Parts: sequence; structure tokens; C-alpha cells
Amino acid sequence: MKVQQISVFLENKSGRLATLTEVLGEAGINIRALSIADTSDFGILRLIVSNPANALKVLKEAGFTVSITDVIAVEVKDEPGGLAVVLKALEMAGINIEYLYAFLEKSSNDALVVFRVEQIDDALSLLAKNNINVLKGEDVYKL
Amino acid sequence: MLHPEIESMPREQLQKLQFEKLKKTVERVYENVPFYKQKFQEKGLLPGDLKSFDDLKLLPFTVKQDLRDNYPFGLFAAPMSDVVRVHASSGTTGKPTVVGYTQNDIDGWSDIIARCVAMAGGGKGDVVQVAYGYGLFTGGLGLHYGAERLGAAVIPISGGNTKRQLMLMEDFGTTILCCTPSYALFLAEEAREHGIDLINGKIKAGIFGAEPWSENMRKELEKGLGIKAYNIYGLSEIMGPGVSMECECQCGMHIMEDFFIPEIIDPDTGETLPYGAKGELVFTTITKEAFPLLRYRTRDISVLREEKCDCGRTFVRMERVMGRTDDMLIIRGVNVFPSQIESVLLEIGETEPHYLLVVDRQGNLDNLEVWVEVSEKMFSDEVRKLEELEKKLRHEIASLLGISAKIKLVEPKTIPRSEGKAKRVVDKREL
Repeated sequence: MKVQQISVFLENKSGRLATLTEVLGEAGINIRALSIADTSDFGILRLIVSNPANALKVLKEAGFTVSITDVIAVEVKDEPGGLAVVLKALEMAGINIEYLYAFLEKSSNDALVVFRVEQIDDALSLLAKNNINVLKGEDVYKL
Repeated sequence: MLHPEIESMPREQLQKLQFEKLKKTVERVYENVPFYKQKFQEKGLLPGDLKSFDDLKLLPFTVKQDLRDNYPFGLFAAPMSDVVRVHASSGTTGKPTVVGYTQNDIDGWSDIIARCVAMAGGGKGDVVQVAYGYGLFTGGLGLHYGAERLGAAVIPISGGNTKRQLMLMEDFGTTILCCTPSYALFLAEEAREHGIDLINGKIKAGIFGAEPWSENMRKELEKGLGIKAYNIYGLSEIMGPGVSMECECQCGMHIMEDFFIPEIIDPDTGETLPYGAKGELVFTTITKEAFPLLRYRTRDISVLREEKCDCGRTFVRMERVMGRTDDMLIIRGVNVFPSQIESVLLEIGETEPHYLLVVDRQGNLDNLEVWVEVSEKMFSDEVRKLEELEKKLRHEIASLLGISAKIKLVEPKTIPRSEGKAKRVVDKREL
């Protein structure tokens, strides 16, 4: 139920993101979701792509510092308070969220949110118990 | 002139004096320092083979690595019970290089510095503000004891705390300021900004050293502080500050030749070069008891001049240090080797760190930026962890070198490689 996310170290200088997306484009890799965390000096780009293994390979070859991180893709009801339900469940169980970001596309009528948590297996069983739907990796890559 | 009988001694007589002291030093190290005894044996040399001053050339060189190899006290020529002080500079692999002094050494050093302060027009009644760092670094305590020896009043304020420096300078009526030239420029600028008039104040001279500077900086300092700015030179291995000092003619630094014998050599061949030639400075100490060194290679590039100086001193003069034969940098008066930064990166587990030291001068203060390429091993998906890494590196560098550096994490292959060897330093300072 884990989704492989590509994380890339980016210096804050112009053109880096353009180069990176070009590399992915040339390899026929589609970006499903992305987010950037940044400081004044550098940023970390997080990507969900159509083919993580291939993305890792081509980005490394292009000289980027890349890693793969396990995240979970959670279906959240697209209505007021939808996200709060999920967050509350995680909080009650003492699961720390490192970061989260949303998909633009949807798999259904629900919104899709990527979570990076410290205790990923605990989070998965907790979400299952609470009948919150979590998408499989291959389903996410195909979106 | 504080010691005219020595400072203006005819050169022939001076050389005789040097030779007598040299012979004693050679005997001393041969008897007491196994490192030197072995070096002599390798060369098939005995102390008695030293027949004339020119035989200095026969003696072995000493290099900084020898100091490291004999850490901490292996090169001391006096028993520890006779040592009354040690100083040290940060090492390249975590261990510092250590030097020691007997009471006679401290007394001699104080005499030299007293001479230096007198050369800058100082004497009894002067107020000397010592803004060099106190501690293991030789700058602060060196100037301190010498100024006291001369009979001046010392303000042992040490480095930093600019506001207080300016306050005491005004309130205590400082007449002579001792610090790095870049810090003096900074003080001048801060004084202007805070409406403190130093130009018409009591301060009349500055004794500046511990880092390279230029005639342009001299002009700026003399104008900005309303003083005469003097260049002082030294290195802890040889003694500390006061190995040489400018007189009022400001035409090169007189080497205290009754304590040290200078030479200029070709850094590649080790061959001694004549006066007037540019090369590596080499010193032999001829009075020191605890830590005598034979033909110590300073890695500093300079020129020696023997023409008589208008001040009447006969001591040979050395020109401003023009560069280094190694990759040492001087940042805010602190000696920094790129290999020290490398050792910090190795410690955090990097096997082949790629890094670059970028040095710049902003508002008269040196800035050190350390660029580090983020390897996969260092990389984390979380900002917090990368920031922790920056903090750790900053902290380790500060504790090793005693200066702060800004860490900049950069992408792989950002740092230029030339001929397979990475360039380690970009120095943007214009002195």
C-alpha cells in the first residue's frame, strides 16, 4: 500500500526545475503530483511519477541527488472537514506527519492526499481500521 | 630605538653574535631533541661541523608536518618542568601544533615585542589596546607581555565586542591599537557610524598583523583612524608576533636578527637565494630554549632586503608576505587549511567529500562560506534533517577553527573540477 515518492535536492537557482522536468519528459515519465519544500538556500522537490524506478535512474544519470521515500496516498472525502477526519485519526494514534500535499487529479470523487509519516506501517493499519481508503502504488502511478 | 646597541649593530658583528647563538642552539637540539639528532645522523652531520655562518646551509629543514608528527611535546628541547607556557594553533586533522616557552623564552619574546611597540612610537605612558585574541593563539598574550615590558598600560580586551572596544578606546584614551588590519578597518567604520571621532582622538598608532594586507589598506587605516599603521609579522612556530616589525620608515619589516636567522629559499629546490630574490621565508631560532627550530619553512613568500634603513637599524627587512607556497588561507587572522574542512566532512561519514571554500570581505570583515555538495548519503527528504546537517557542520568547523562559517549545500558537480583535482578555494578578497 506504499507509494514510492521521488525526492530531489535542488539548489535555489534558476533553471534547475526546468532541467529536471525536461529529463523526466524525455524519458517519457509523467508527473502525477509534486510539492517543493524550500529554505533560502535549497529546496527538496517531491514527486509522484508514472515510473519511479526509471525516474530514479534517469535523474541520477543527469547528476541530481535523488532518493526514494515511501509515502501513502490517502483518499479523503472532497467535502468540508474531509481532511480533518484523517488527520484526527492519525493524531489520536500518535503518528507524526512529516509533510503532506494534494494530488490535482482524482481517482474517484474523493480527493487524494500524499502523506509522509514516521510510522508508516502503523499509519496504514490505523487508516484501514478507520475505513479510510489508501491507494496502491501501481494505481497511483497509473492515474 | 629601545635596544640601539643591538638594533643598529654593525652587520659583521651581528653575524658573529648570530653564529655563536646558532652553535648553542644546534648543540641544544642535538642533545635534547631525538628528531633533530636523527636528522643530523641521516646527513652525517655533527654539531661541531658548524664552522662558519655559511654552514647554516648544511642544517636540515623543519616543516609543519614535523611538528604534527611529534605532537604534543616531542620537539621540546627543555624538560616540561622548565616550560612555563604553551601556545597552540588549530591542526589540520584535529590535533593542534603546539609550541612551548621557558621563562627565558617569554622574557625574550617580551623584549622583542617591547621593541616593536617602541618602533610604533610607544613607551611609558602609552595606553595599548590589545584586541588580538587571547588564549592559545599567540597574538593577544604576545603583545600583552611586550607592551607591559615596555612600561605601557595594557588594555587586555581581546578580540570582538566592537561596541566595547570603541567605548574603552574613547574612555581610556587608547594611544596604540593592536589587532588584525581588517578588524581595525571595521572598528574605524563602526566608529564613524556611531559618531565617535577617533581621528582627533588620542590614538596615534596601530600595530597590525596576523593576516595579509596591502598599502591601500594602510592608507585607509591611517586616514580612517588618524594614525600611523605598522605591519607586524610572526608565527607561533617561531615565537609568535614580533618576528619582524616595521619601523617609522614603513619600508619593510625588520627581522629581530638577534633572535632569528632568516633565509629565502627556492621552495622547489630548497636552495638558498640571495637578498632581493623572491622565495620562501625560512627561520632558524637562535635564542629559544623550549622550542628551538632549525630552518623552519614558513610557506610564506617574501623578499629579504639588506640595504641599510633610514631608521638606523641594521636588521634585515622582509617585504610584506606576498603569498603562500601551500593552500593556507588566513581568515579573520585565523589560519585555515582546506584539509581541516575536509576532516570535518570525513568525520560526518563522507568518504570523498566535494567542497569549496569561498572567502569574501564584506564591510571589512572576512566571510567564509563552505559549499558542500550534497551526496546521496547526506541527502534527506526532510528539510529539517538537512538543516540539522548544516548546523552540525557549522558547529564542527567553529569548534575546530574558532571561526564561524556559513554552510551552503549545493547540488552534485556544482564545484568545478580541474584535471581530476577539485579546486578547494575561491578567494574573492581584494586587499
